[in-house]
Amino acid sequence: MTTAGAPVLEIRDLSVSFPTETGTVSAVDGVSLDLAPGEIVGMVGESGCGKSVTAMSIAGLLPGSARVTGSVRLDGTQLIGAREAALRRVRGREIAYIFQEPMTSLNPVLTVGRQIGEVLQVHERMSRRASRARAVELLTLVGIPSAAQRVDTYPHQLSGGMRQRVMIAMAVACGPKVLVADEPTTALDVTVQAGILQVLRNLRDQLGTSVLIITHDLGVIADIADRVVVMYAGRVAERAPVDDLFAHPRHRYTAGLLSASPQPGRHAGTDRLTEIPGLVPVLASQPDACTFADRCPAADERCRTAAPPLAGVGGTDHVAACWHPCETAPQEANR
Amino acid sequence: MTPQPNALEITDLVMHFGPVRAVDGVSLTIPRGRVTALVGESGSGKSTVGRCVVRLVEPTAGTVRIAGTDVTHLSRRHLRPHRGAVSIVFQDPAASLDPRMLVGEIVAEPLRLSGKRMSRREREARVAPQLERVGLRAEVARRYPHELSGGQRQRVSIARALISEPMLLIADEPTSALDVSVQASVLNLLADLQRDIGFACLFITHDLSAVEYLADEIAVMYLGQLVERGSRERIFARPAHPYTQALLSAAPVADPVRQRERQPVLLGDDLPSALDPPSGCRFRTRCPLAFDRCATEVPAQTAIGDGMAACHLVQPDGTGPDVRTADPSEVLS
Repeated sequence: MTTAGAPVLEIRDLSVSFPTETGTVSAVDGVSLDLAPGEIVGMVGESGCGKSVTAMSIAGLLPGSARVTGSVRLDGTQLIGAREAALRRVRGREIAYIFQEPMTSLNPVLTVGRQIGEVLQVHERMSRRASRARAVELLTLVGIPSAAQRVDTYPHQLSGGMRQRVMIAMAVACGPKVLVADEPTTALDVTVQAGILQVLRNLRDQLGTSVLIITHDLGVIADIADRVVVMYAGRVAERAPVDDLFAHPRHRYTAGLLSASPQPGRHAGTDRLTEIPGLVPVLASQPDACTFADRCPAADERCRTAAPPLAGVGGTDHVAACWHPCETAPQEANR
Repeated sequence: MTPQPNALEITDLVMHFGPVRAVDGVSLTIPRGRVTALVGESGSGKSTVGRCVVRLVEPTAGTVRIAGTDVTHLSRRHLRPHRGAVSIVFQDPAASLDPRMLVGEIVAEPLRLSGKRMSRREREARVAPQLERVGLRAEVARRYPHELSGGQRQRVSIARALISEPMLLIADEPTSALDVSVQASVLNLLADLQRDIGFACLFITHDLSAVEYLADEIAVMYLGQLVERGSRERIFARPAHPYTQALLSAAPVADPVRQRERQPVLLGDDLPSALDPPSGCRFRTRCPLAFDRCATEVPAQTAIGDGMAACHLVQPDGTGPDVRTADPSEVLS
């Protein structure tokens, strides 16, 4: 099915809600997103914006209580509503995940070689001996020194960064088309983070893996992403190529996020950080309002009565869901 | 007139937890009204330094002086009159506020514990202006912490910390658990309060952008020891220690065009254990420029202006190689 340039992952109008005692909580509301082969897309947003729920819903990892609607196609195959057996074949082989805290995802009583080997034995029907040899290759691929020795260590014997590398090795063991990395460096120190981001970049360059990286860290996005999706209160606020987004944010929320982070060379003695007033709204479906309206300096009656659609705002592939997009780049003043 | 004592003077501070050498000889002075950032990665011992200063733990060796008073080994009873001089704000406001106490009681508690004679009404009268000072409405006093957002809870911690009008505030990762948009408001608040009230601050963090925004001086910690100290301007413009250089190069900037031009120095993931730190220079196992002498000889602190760097490669005039640009083979030949 795949033709050159066709997206490997196509998310259309994905919505996820959870029934709770106090009513239905809408965590993701109409998210659409494409991931091209070999592309790194960064999904950024604050806690509760729905970025992790979006990621989990791609391969059906959400609990049974979640109500998922919309479409997620992997190379044309529909995953939403697919049978569990079909999803199980997709997970690991086609779509792999890494999470924030590697220690909770690794089995403490098995050597890392056994854990990587298990993936290969289950999905690729490899023998134990062959899977061990392949595990050493994979550990080398993710930049673990003396992999032939490290393959026999237990997770607790490794540093946090090394554990995350093991997780990545496990994730790419079957050569997935898509790697979903949910806050992969949040628990790590910056000097270690730099190495992990380098590994993800190498995987894309060497294996052509598409990566969806989810983070709250704009620095990580600037470092690794080709394109960026900014999420706010369950919806896509803005989507753009990375340079365009940072140079010309059009959604007021994106602009607010960018100017809220301290810039190099600025100090409290001379500069004030821009605050975004108010709070993230409670996650309930607001079909007829912009979810950011209550915190937005430009909001008017229209923003409170009609949800803005994602619309082109100039530039290639740059869309924002805003009735009053920023005209000029507020970032330019910062330089 | 005698000169006023510094807000904080730490001399040769050592804190061992059994075999774990969390802090191993740290000296640091914060003059009144200045903000010093203590920067380091997890396990560097930076939070332990803060805990020693507020005497949540009793140091193994060394001295801690707050406003000229040696509090290192004071008993609980003798410490009490000095408690008001130093306060601490922790990373996670949800964990550091008692969920069963009203916000008003939380904020007033330091006054109740201060030992000063003060009626309940007098204490309550102090709470409302204190809440307003940190940007909360006075009604918040009758709420419980769980009714507040993360940013509001951190404001409550700050209000509690400052109600005793301390000379020194220890802020231990005060914004790390908060979202970016909320971080900005808490950083602004800390900057405003610090300017208006003039307390000294030990700002403990791993977030270099927040450090540049808030700090006057910066101290960099690695595996229980200070590797570099200096003014904010000097550290960001001309970091002298290879670890500081690597740290600055590794933190990505939120600007893709500039970020592409930067080349992070990759140190390897294996942080040595504080149980058995490397001989000589503790950074040598990850330092791209390490050579024989680093394993055998502990580097002395070379003075750079008001600060210092502890590295064999830093020259007496404060210059030295930069791991961000240097070719290790040339430096060592």
